[in-house]
Amino acid sequence: MKHLLSAADLDKDQVLELLATAEQMHELQDREVKKLPTLRGRTLVNLFFEDSTRTRSSFELAGKWLSADVVNVSAKGSSVSKGESLRDTAQTVAAMGIDGLVIRHPASGAPHQVAQWVDASVVNAGDGTHEHPTQALLDAYTMRRQIGDLAGAHVVIVGDLTHSRVVRSNLILLQTLGARVTLVAPPTLMPSGVQSWSDTDGFATTYDFDEVLPTADVVMMLRVQKERMSGGFFPTPREYTVGYGLTRDRLQRMAKDAVICHPGPMNRGLEITADAADSARSLILGQVSSGVAVRMSVLYHLLGGANV
Amino acid sequence: MQRPDSQNNNAPSAGRVVLSADDVTRALRRIAHEILEHNRGADDLVVLGIPTRGETLAHRLVAALAAVEDVAVPVGSLDVTMYRDDLRRQPMRAAQPTRIPECGVDDKVVVLVDDVLYSGRTVRAALDALGDIGRPRAVRLAVLVDRGHRELPIRADHVGKNLPTAHSERVHVRLFEDDGADEVRILDQEEVAGR
Repeated sequence: MKHLLSAADLDKDQVLELLATAEQMHELQDREVKKLPTLRGRTLVNLFFEDSTRTRSSFELAGKWLSADVVNVSAKGSSVSKGESLRDTAQTVAAMGIDGLVIRHPASGAPHQVAQWVDASVVNAGDGTHEHPTQALLDAYTMRRQIGDLAGAHVVIVGDLTHSRVVRSNLILLQTLGARVTLVAPPTLMPSGVQSWSDTDGFATTYDFDEVLPTADVVMMLRVQKERMSGGFFPTPREYTVGYGLTRDRLQRMAKDAVICHPGPMNRGLEITADAADSARSLILGQVSSGVAVRMSVLYHLLGGANV
Repeated sequence: MQRPDSQNNNAPSAGRVVLSADDVTRALRRIAHEILEHNRGADDLVVLGIPTRGETLAHRLVAALAAVEDVAVPVGSLDVTMYRDDLRRQPMRAAQPTRIPECGVDDKVVVLVDDVLYSGRTVRAALDALGDIGRPRAVRLAVLVDRGHRELPIRADHVGKNLPTAHSERVHVRLFEDDGADEVRILDQEEVAGR
């Protein structure tokens, strides 16, 4: 494995191995010395063209705990604000002799482009509304820790699908692991051509959250991305919550052992109420703490072995 | 992403047998006696095996200790993959579980267990890994086979069998739990190539 650009790059065995390594990495977090010498002498650059708290900091921690040297470059305060192109920025950074490049960019496909311009291993940390494979890995990791094998499990993903990069990566990865996935959104936030995303039996879409809620093993709520919305996608926030929010009422109608995920950051009171976010079913904080372990596993698999 | 070490030790019948199932059992029993004698009992002992076969042997060693002294010695595993010095020369290796017993390793006498002692590099990695977990009072090393050719100043405290070998030969340890049978075989160059 040279790059991680899409969840589709991974077959089932690779996913399971990444998750198994993540488990070993996770145990490190309980130790007094949270550092492994594995990537000593390797250099990792976090190249972030968009704001991010958890993804950037967890990649940074993951690299540091594996003893890599980590440099953070964000668009603000770099030559990007002077008008430097993506290609020039990427090649400038790569010319310093780095081994790994973690990139987040508002344009879909940007990491794929960069991977062709530089020698370093490239990790897609979110490109536009396209993909976010490490988020999908950590979601799968967190779900598996709670409910076990995902083969046959029913995962319902609800919310702003049009603007989400998490949904596509999750759909691909969850199907690789054999889960059934149902996408739920109001008609205005259902991506056009969504039916073409998958042609398997384990894939469905609906506008009716309440219809699929009781059969869900996992309910994944996505953030309403106000910053990407330029038109009126729903009349009022209140109306969105009534139709698609995870409210106290819906919380009570979930199946007995069903769990709740949210990739964060949350709009409390809009797509998820405090009752749901803080309930015993919620894996949301677990998702954050898994993030570092999963990213350590990814970095190890990309940078740990011989260059082949 | 495959495990280079998982396929090594499964040769069916090539080479010659140097330790039989009974030999393996006797060696472990003797090592158990040696450890107890040296430690004057089982106090503060912690046995850690290096996966995969070292871990299997660690559990057997603890059973052998229990048979001698009627004590339950804490046992666990210590994965050294992340500490290897040859990571960049080889394809990706999968990490194996590290399970440290509840009591920890601080101020304990840790007995590291592995199947074959060869270059000593695995043991070097294990010492580094152990140092990140705690500070044992002492670390001892028990191996089933010592085949020589050390590349580092490391020696075993307890050895099942000293097996002088040539570099070109290969030692295959098979254990019932992992491979369905107990035996140690030695393969010469042609047998290694012809496998």
